[in-house]
Amino acid sequence: MQKSTTADTSPSAPIETVEFASDLGIRLRRSAEYVAVPLFALVTSGALFAVFLALIGKPPADFYSLLWRGGFGTAFSLQNTLQRAAPLILTALAMAIPARIGLIMIGGEGALVLSGFSAAAVALPLIGVAPKFVLLPVMAAAAIVVGALWVGLAGYLRHARGVNETISSLLLTYIAIAIMNFFVEGALRDPGSANKPSTFPIGDANMIGTIPGTDVHWGLAAGIVLCIALHFLMSRTTFGFAARITGGNPRAALAQGLPVGKLIVACSMIAGACAGVAGFFEIAAIHGRANASLAAGYGFTGILVAFLARHNPIAIIPVAIMFGGIAAAGGLIQRRMGLPDASVLVLQGLIFVVLLISETLYGRFAIFSGERSTSRT
Amino acid sequence: MTDSALATVLIAMIGGAIRVSTPFMFVALGETITEKSGRINLGLEGTLVLGAMVAYMTSYKTGSPWLGVLGAGCVGMALGALHGAVCRLPRVNDVAIGIAMMSFGVGLAFFFGKPYIQPTAPRLPSVPIGEWIGAPPALRVALDVNPLFLVGIAIAIFLWWAFKNTRWGLILRTTGDSAPAARAMGIPVDFVRFLATSAGGFLAGVAGAFLSLYYPGSWNEGLSSGQGLMAVALVIFARWDPLKCVIAALLFGAAGALGPSLQSIGITSGYYFFNAAPYILTLLIMIASAGSKRAMRDVPGELSMSR
Repeated sequence: MQKSTTADTSPSAPIETVEFASDLGIRLRRSAEYVAVPLFALVTSGALFAVFLALIGKPPADFYSLLWRGGFGTAFSLQNTLQRAAPLILTALAMAIPARIGLIMIGGEGALVLSGFSAAAVALPLIGVAPKFVLLPVMAAAAIVVGALWVGLAGYLRHARGVNETISSLLLTYIAIAIMNFFVEGALRDPGSANKPSTFPIGDANMIGTIPGTDVHWGLAAGIVLCIALHFLMSRTTFGFAARITGGNPRAALAQGLPVGKLIVACSMIAGACAGVAGFFEIAAIHGRANASLAAGYGFTGILVAFLARHNPIAIIPVAIMFGGIAAAGGLIQRRMGLPDASVLVLQGLIFVVLLISETLYGRFAIFSGERSTSRT
Repeated sequence: MTDSALATVLIAMIGGAIRVSTPFMFVALGETITEKSGRINLGLEGTLVLGAMVAYMTSYKTGSPWLGVLGAGCVGMALGALHGAVCRLPRVNDVAIGIAMMSFGVGLAFFFGKPYIQPTAPRLPSVPIGEWIGAPPALRVALDVNPLFLVGIAIAIFLWWAFKNTRWGLILRTTGDSAPAARAMGIPVDFVRFLATSAGGFLAGVAGAFLSLYYPGSWNEGLSSGQGLMAVALVIFARWDPLKCVIAALLFGAAGALGPSLQSIGITSGYYFFNAAPYILTLLIMIASAGSKRAMRDVPGELSMSR
């Protein structure tokens, strides 16, 4: 706005440079706002949770020191954290990419479970027949294709029939878990798995290794690479630009002749593929077989991670590591403080609610906008 | 399948429909009130679970299941009020807040509910309608109806009447169809939506009480698996009409009772598939009804879902 007025009056070079500098200043201030508001939400919800703990008679200071020790304090706990961050990064991408095109797609858990199960299922006839370097790519391909189709279905229904994608993707999650249970407790059950019905294991020899020098599996590297690649795709390519325009105003995008339907389905399929990669690594690196452990809630925590990262693929990495730490510390906190394992759920829910409420703070503080009048839209 | 087996399945499904449908009915009626005001609350799944836990805890501590129902309703109302109060702030998205409230409610329920998984709390009594009307013994069990089922039907009829014939109903519908028009009429839009979301939360809390205090009648962490969410989808299918909500709830109840009914005559294969039946049915119903012009005609104009 300011730029156009100055350009009208005097388009001389020195003023242009001054303009550019102040534009950069405003952009920096805005970016600072995108960091400050989520941080404020984190601190506030942390304080509220401390009050909650104090009210039920547990020392908050112990909780947070145990959280640090169990999540980040030692080399062992840090590796545990990174191990858990890997599926969180991938499921957060499954939330964030559709969010850029204006969809609230929360089917990451279902896509993870079903693609993990598919990976374990296609491996069954190949175990002992095909070598590892054939088996693992086949499993990964199956997981990615199934995940992409599963979330792509919700995207397609949204576009073709106007079915609310939030509800349908969550319904698909329940259906995915039921499908896995159906096979795991029936046709594909390993008779040896008495207490916890599972498929036959893919075998220790076929498990994917860890990143050299650590106990962290390759899923973390895959997640980080995907974050960088998808950040590039969403912010530096025509596809990403079209997707963001559609997210901003679908009607304007249609009027521009953008293929809105294809974009929606494509973003959903990318999301599903990310969750599929998570499912593949859960099988190939952690469990080795499909069972109820696949539905560990990574998909749901991933939703929160994506919101905290403001659906920015790069920001997802640190946020996912933080929540990986909270999950990793859960066991220690449970043992030492006698708190139920659901305390992590309460903390996450609290952060989620406070974070979304603090969305209202954007544009309310003059220091972040530089100028007051343009900030509130 | 022989005739008697078929009859067993049918009776079991009728009984199941009546038992299973009540929570669907309450959540759907609550969500209808909320959505009529122009907001969508996706967090009712969390309200349902927390309501179930609070009801069970209250019933266990006080010995009165009806106090449990009341407590569940009040906690549900508190969650609804939080949702309603927060959504009036600019830039706050009601669908996203709903997802957050879902995880928060479930988290609280699991946190405080841990000690109550083992003990047995007094449950709600049932009304033996089958005995009163002299039904054959096979039908009697199916017709043991919980009072809440009847209360739900009464609420549905009342809402159906009130939406059309009362001043409050008009205010609610105006707020939901066009906020600018409502403001021009001097209606406090945010306050009406706050009340509507709170009322919706209350009914969802009561639905939770039914789950833990009547059927299945115990508290555990797997008690509700998506009923709250399915009920939200059901409101779209029922096109925001309270009476159709009852019919849709009965349909869903019958679908949910299919698995256990078949199991009762010895068909156990595919049990997990039949467990998925309600979800698949919901999805199919959403596909069938979402895009139709008739559904679009009835949708409250302010609903973010319809835009």
